[in-house]
Amino acid sequence: MTASPKTLFDKVWDAHVVSEIGDGYQLLHVDRNLLHDLSGGKALADLERRGLKVHSPGLNFAVPDHAVSSAPGRHAASTEISARLAPIFKERAEAAGIRHFDVNDPEQGIVHVIGPELGLTLPGAMITCGDSHTSTQGALGAIAFGIGSTELLHVLATQTIVQKKPKRMRVTYHGKAGAGVSPKDMILYLMGAIGAGGGDGFALEYAGSAIRSMDIEGRLTICNMSIECGAKMGMIAPDDVTYRYLSDRAFTPKGEVFERALAHWKGLPSDEGAAFDREVEIDMEDIAPQITWGTSPEHVAAVTARVPEPDSAAPEKRDSWAQALDYIGLEPGQALEGTPVDHVFIGSCTNSRLSDLKAAADVVKGRKVAQATSAWVVPGSQAVKRQAEAEGLDAVFRDAGFEWREPGCSQCVAANGEVVAPGKRAVSTTNRNFVGRQGPRARTHLASPAMAAAAAVTGCITDVRKLLDGDA
Amino acid sequence: MTPLSEIEGPAAPLLEANVNTDVIIRIERLSDFERDALEPYAFEAWRFDDNGDEIPDFVLNQPAWHGAPILLCGPNFGCGSSREGAVWALNCIGVRVVIAPSFGGIFRNNCFQNGTLPITLPAETVQQFAEIARQQPDAPFRVDLEREVVVPPNGAPVPFEIDGLRKQGLLKGLDDLGLTAERLPEIADWQKRDREARPWTWFE
Repeated sequence: MTASPKTLFDKVWDAHVVSEIGDGYQLLHVDRNLLHDLSGGKALADLERRGLKVHSPGLNFAVPDHAVSSAPGRHAASTEISARLAPIFKERAEAAGIRHFDVNDPEQGIVHVIGPELGLTLPGAMITCGDSHTSTQGALGAIAFGIGSTELLHVLATQTIVQKKPKRMRVTYHGKAGAGVSPKDMILYLMGAIGAGGGDGFALEYAGSAIRSMDIEGRLTICNMSIECGAKMGMIAPDDVTYRYLSDRAFTPKGEVFERALAHWKGLPSDEGAAFDREVEIDMEDIAPQITWGTSPEHVAAVTARVPEPDSAAPEKRDSWAQALDYIGLEPGQALEGTPVDHVFIGSCTNSRLSDLKAAADVVKGRKVAQATSAWVVPGSQAVKRQAEAEGLDAVFRDAGFEWREPGCSQCVAANGEVVAPGKRAVSTTNRNFVGRQGPRARTHLASPAMAAAAAVTGCITDVRKLLDGDA
Repeated sequence: MTPLSEIEGPAAPLLEANVNTDVIIRIERLSDFERDALEPYAFEAWRFDDNGDEIPDFVLNQPAWHGAPILLCGPNFGCGSSREGAVWALNCIGVRVVIAPSFGGIFRNNCFQNGTLPITLPAETVQQFAEIARQQPDAPFRVDLEREVVVPPNGAPVPFEIDGLRKQGLLKGLDDLGLTAERLPEIADWQKRDREARPWTWFE
């Protein structure tokens, strides 16, 4: 008897089942749990209140990112909220025996940026964090997903989580990316194709030639936005690109243990003939640089498109399209290109890694930020910032008129008070264009780092391919 | 956690697709206020104008639905951020049952940790309920978890499905932690075996 072919997702999931608890629910072991400043300190306090202790402190890591200031020269108390949260977070994490990277430590950064960067994220691992963009870390072949506050308490107290197995969806990208088309455009395109609820109840696996030829940083961008179509987790099968990336990270296994791990990881990719509950096929030739026009990541179009008519939407979506356009301040039929932009934000767990900053710098080099536009770069981690500075990217941005800032979530979620002003229009490399996400009444257009850079130097929504051709 | 067995009261129709947890509660409110003090901030961008005055058109500002214990929602309700505060905020304005064609997965799990019942029913059924609610805004709907039915005013009971584990948790007022406490020995055994099988995932 031969075993039936299994998906990457099933292999990793099944290997973590501690017990069956009925009705299809399973108790799963969590190999890594990551804590951030917004919920970490509170969770540890709640745990104590319930008379419980951290079960496996060595498998937990803590870092402040959401509440910290991104202002140059910042410290833990630079924002009012961080002044309140940071000391309790550090004290409680350390008291519990959890490794805590402090605000200006060399390891600090956005939790989903430092996980892979430090080698805490491994193929075949089960990873949780009280943040929905934990899906990012599936790019290395892990199952990684966001959890709520009570689920976080459960993980802290038992190092396990209660979940029901989702269905499997494979998204295959065929072909090669055209000029100016980045991983961000690929994932935004998917949001438009299957919708903000298209992945509800599914675990995604991204596959195809365009994924195989992509570096790890691009794969992290892809998996990051899985949650924006409703899929809690998105994964990419590990391959030589993954193993090379992991070989010299601070927390990855070394020597003989690494070799054993490698042998195990090589068995993880989906077997030939493994069944998926849904398959989505995407031709790379159909993907132009993307930009959102509304208040959901599914409100997305090629930058060359016009703002759609709400009447062209499915009947149940007409009202929300009209409300979205009212909020974002665009008229149906208007060209997206040429829309004036007040602010540009390059950063977030979606697009703040070195390759993102390089892609933006390539566009910015030799140009200036438009007079009426402000622009920020917030590197994803201290390590990204150091590398970027070593390569002179900070100088490219500063010379052009960008602010070069300190690592954290910053304006992606505005939890630290760094908001886009009411009514102002921003092009952001982030993941959510929700009403009020970047601040009350802020208008957000999601795009790639290169597209954001193009908006900064032209002062309006611009097809980045025009700047790559050199006719700025 | 407050147990939930039967809820009776008006059902407020809020049928927009993809209502996200950022709109239900802004992130900074969860740092500034305790989980039981979120009433003024639930749906604040939709409830209040720039001067802090109520926007009369918004469904939850209409007298019949102010404090309604049941929400009738569009697909993918509670999508986006993992913030459990979205459920706390709903609880603060009196919501104990959310009926929708589909939910954000993390939001749905968070509901069960806070005595809130997410009911999945076909879009047409939710739409019918919404029409009934609009015609008779004060008439109570009844949700009976034990019998797994929603009873619209003057209508026949409509059955819904819920996993036994989740049903028991709500009826007894137990979150996952309350249900898992007795499994610690199994977890210890699993970890012992895993240290041998996958030493690379362990640091010490």
